[in-house]
Amino acid sequence: MIEVKDLHKHFGAVKAVDGVSFQARDGEITGLLGPNGAGKTTTLRMLYTLMNPDQGQVLVDGIDAGRDALAVRRRLGVLPDARGLYKRLTARENIDYFAKLQGMDDALARQRSRQLIEALEMADIADRRTEGFSQGQRVKTAIARALVHDPKNVILDEPTNGLDVMATRGLRQFMRRLKDEGRCVLFSSHIMQEVAALCDRIVVIAHGRVVADETPDALREQTGEANLEDAFVKIIGSEEGLAA
Amino acid sequence: MKTTLTVFLKEVRENLRDKRTVMSALLYGPLLGPVIFVMIMHTVLTRELDKADQPIKVPVIGAQYAPNLIDALRQQGFVPQPPVADPEAAVRNQDADIVLRIPEDFGKAWRQGETSQVELIYDSSQRDTDGSVDRVKRMLDAYVRHQGAMRLVARGLSPAMMVPVSIDERDQATPQSRAGQLFAMMPYFFVLTIFMGGMYLAIDLTAGERERQSLEPLFANPVPRWKVFLGKLSAICVFSLVSLVISVIGFGICGRFIPAERMGMVLDLGPSFAVRVLLMMLPLIILLASLQTLVAAFAKSYREAQTYLSVLMLVPALPSILLSAMPIKVANWMYAVPLLGQQVGITQLLRGGELGMQQIAMCFASGLVLAIVVALITAHVYRSERLAISV
Repeated sequence: MIEVKDLHKHFGAVKAVDGVSFQARDGEITGLLGPNGAGKTTTLRMLYTLMNPDQGQVLVDGIDAGRDALAVRRRLGVLPDARGLYKRLTARENIDYFAKLQGMDDALARQRSRQLIEALEMADIADRRTEGFSQGQRVKTAIARALVHDPKNVILDEPTNGLDVMATRGLRQFMRRLKDEGRCVLFSSHIMQEVAALCDRIVVIAHGRVVADETPDALREQTGEANLEDAFVKIIGSEEGLAA
Repeated sequence: MKTTLTVFLKEVRENLRDKRTVMSALLYGPLLGPVIFVMIMHTVLTRELDKADQPIKVPVIGAQYAPNLIDALRQQGFVPQPPVADPEAAVRNQDADIVLRIPEDFGKAWRQGETSQVELIYDSSQRDTDGSVDRVKRMLDAYVRHQGAMRLVARGLSPAMMVPVSIDERDQATPQSRAGQLFAMMPYFFVLTIFMGGMYLAIDLTAGERERQSLEPLFANPVPRWKVFLGKLSAICVFSLVSLVISVIGFGICGRFIPAERMGMVLDLGPSFAVRVLLMMLPLIILLASLQTLVAAFAKSYREAQTYLSVLMLVPALPSILLSAMPIKVANWMYAVPLLGQQVGITQLLRGGELGMQQIAMCFASGLVLAIVVALITAHVYRSERLAISV
């Protein structure tokens, strides 16, 4: 469960995030939709405590991120916008490194990384050095690395960015699986098809503010548009920065 | 502690897989110094030795006007060569170190008991010729003194009349102290080795990791950043330390190939020298690793970090340059100044001078204090929000 209350963050004169509030519940997929530059990544960065908000509060399973950042990070699995791997380590070594940093003991870490390698269908690349991996292989490794400690909450920043059709399909299935396991899944995207296909709840962000927070059906009803694409355009007020 | 160890082990393992880092930290960096050093010293010393032993060849113009003089010089190892047409040009073009010219009226002046004249043509801006010029002058002096004494004796006077004061020189330079002058640049070699040993890691672990966008996922883990920093710093320090140890051993081995004892010098680069150098250098390892990380943390990219660090590399050279440009008397306070202390301390060791445990302790303590201060500043910079963000 992730709760965000009235987050603000500015860089110089630019208000990147200007009063964002929403909730992402357990057993649901929540989509953060918005055009490029709407403040999605900055919002997520405050969620996983890479940045401190100027104002507002982040609660993860009831723990205040401002008070106990380490406890919050322990409950989060994060695929940041930056997904750099250690290219001189194998995929498995990349995963092990994060397992150790999460404080897991060796036996548990091995078991968990085996499970993830299987679930993400990456057994064939697990013991190769990550240098020269394709975009899809890189994302898989980064996700396995992020989820090795079996977190209750999962944050994915534009997870399908740069993936081909097959890889995107696989990733969507994996996200549904996370949801079925009862986790709280929060991901950002600027692709409305994807959000519409996956989400139980959609939070639309534009210009650093939340402009809608509904189920996909409610969004269609609210705007009176049968087509989600038209609904989004109507909510955001422009077509700028959105992709079909 | 476990976090720091995890980070440390991962960085060491990852960097051991990088050929460039390993080569520079464990091969070129530490061994280039000793090898270059030995080559230079060997060439310089061998040439000096050769020159001192071998007969000296000097073109003589007008040798026929002073056959006795030439004979006397010949006995001292002087080998007259056929005259050259333009002695001034020959000297300037380094065709000859020195040319001796005897004028036509040499014999006439000699027979009348007047002062005869000879000319030495050389170029003192060619430092290489100093030895030859000195030797020829000494030979001429000996001849002149000898002939002067003969003239006095011929007139029934004691040659001592011409020497109211005799000067006895008592040079206090020991073989070690002479060696020390030649080896004044050695401390900088050691500092450079530490710097080179850690440089690629320092860049890679901060600026490089940010550029490759792996710093943000790393900081999403539930570990305090200072522990991550400590792990990275330790990895840099270990690479620098190994580099330094290889270099010190390298100097120890290469030192045997320098023909120092033939010049009457004693050069001790053995184990006791090595241990004391390591002890003085230890805090510098931490200091330079922190400083490199600090600089790399401010750089926006790998390339930028590399540029900054190559400028930073010149800073440790300052004490060496300063001390060789204006030799200052060694004072105790110098040991309390990091870098300067190491410079002075190692130079003292090479000169065979006094270097007690107290001075080494001062060197160590002052270096350590500065290292901790810089490490704390770097840890503070590591906490900044912008550090992790790649774009």
